[in-house]
Amino acid sequence: MILAVASGKGGTGKTTVAASLAISLADGQCSAPPLFLDCDVEAPNAHLFLHPEFDEQREVSLLVPTVDEARCTHCGKCAEVCQYHAIAVLGKKTLVFPQLCHGCGSCTALCPERAISETPSRMGVIERGPARDGILFARGVLDVGQPMAVPVIRQLKKWAVPQPGQVVVRDAPPGTSCPVVEAMRGADYVVLVTEPTPFGLHDLRLAVQGGRELNIPVGVIINRDGSGDVGVDEFCAAEGLPVLMRVPFERTIAEGFARGQTLIEIHPEYAERFRQLFADIVGRVSQ
Amino acid sequence: MKIILSTASPSLDSDIDPRFGRGAYLLVVDIESLKWEAHPNPGVNASGGAGIRAAQFVTDQKAEAVLSGDFGPHAFAALQAASVSMYVYGDCRTAREAVERFKAGNLERVGAATRGECDGGHHGQA
Repeated sequence: MILAVASGKGGTGKTTVAASLAISLADGQCSAPPLFLDCDVEAPNAHLFLHPEFDEQREVSLLVPTVDEARCTHCGKCAEVCQYHAIAVLGKKTLVFPQLCHGCGSCTALCPERAISETPSRMGVIERGPARDGILFARGVLDVGQPMAVPVIRQLKKWAVPQPGQVVVRDAPPGTSCPVVEAMRGADYVVLVTEPTPFGLHDLRLAVQGGRELNIPVGVIINRDGSGDVGVDEFCAAEGLPVLMRVPFERTIAEGFARGQTLIEIHPEYAERFRQLFADIVGRVSQ
Repeated sequence: MKIILSTASPSLDSDIDPRFGRGAYLLVVDIESLKWEAHPNPGVNASGGAGIRAAQFVTDQKAEAVLSGDFGPHAFAALQAASVSMYVYGDCRTAREAVERFKAGNLERVGAATRGECDGGHHGQA
């Protein structure tokens, strides 16, 4: 069972929920403590709650083209085939823009002169190690200045694979762009954490569409419940989206969170609430 | 001499469009005869690399100079590699005005990118 915790709007409580869920499932009732993936590689922060000790690290790189000007006839095939405009043939010069390259390899494969070779270009690292309560923690960290998070997330998912029967909790980045799609892709269920505000609702709509596009069932957790308006509730009712949990707008929770606590430490009854939420999701997925 | 301008609509009397990669039209103008031809900017809907796509168009048209509001680092690198000179509009309002000023030598030529990257490619955080 792979769960992706996403939100749309940032700061709604994705990491709080993902970490709390992982801890609640690490109590010995599941076959093994869960595998936790921090997929927010541009600003990973789940380690603040789960305290991993990383003991393995790998570099993530992308294969970007290098053009041998001696062989290049400037025919323009490479530029024509590149969907990302990462290579341009300008008169008698062929220029590569590595930051735009997605590493698809089309230019290399289609060059009639075999003038293009591929060179690894470092994007960031992936690392893993044991965290609290036996949770296996893995995360990606994008290098500063690198614009593309997706290759790092993709490698992280490939590298940190669950044991048979092990639950995976993926903490997705905020937003609804490609990195979020990559964090959701392949999940059995998407939990969208939102807040009952117009901004929360706006991004929730987009995130729900993302989940549906990927054919993954979606449920909603309303955080800071009672703080805003009824828009999110009305949207969920109209769309037939289950509201899996409500976390009240409460000063105690905000204070605990600011001290690095999850919901489980702040209010121990959340351990049972999250286990029930997980059972609820398992029921929905197996339907 | 053939030059290219980024414009808001397909006409020499159009307002300028200050954006090079994402300006609506690229106007190809022969500055002696003032004959012009408008092309929808091929970079306008690119998810990333719009300036490079537009620069590729300029090079394919074999234009000698480009007039626009600004040039990002990718567009600048591409146009420079192709030895196309770049000029900025300053306070010009229409394409016709910009062409006249260009002919009179009253437009500023740029020797470096006039701004940073827009979003670092389309995977930049929203």
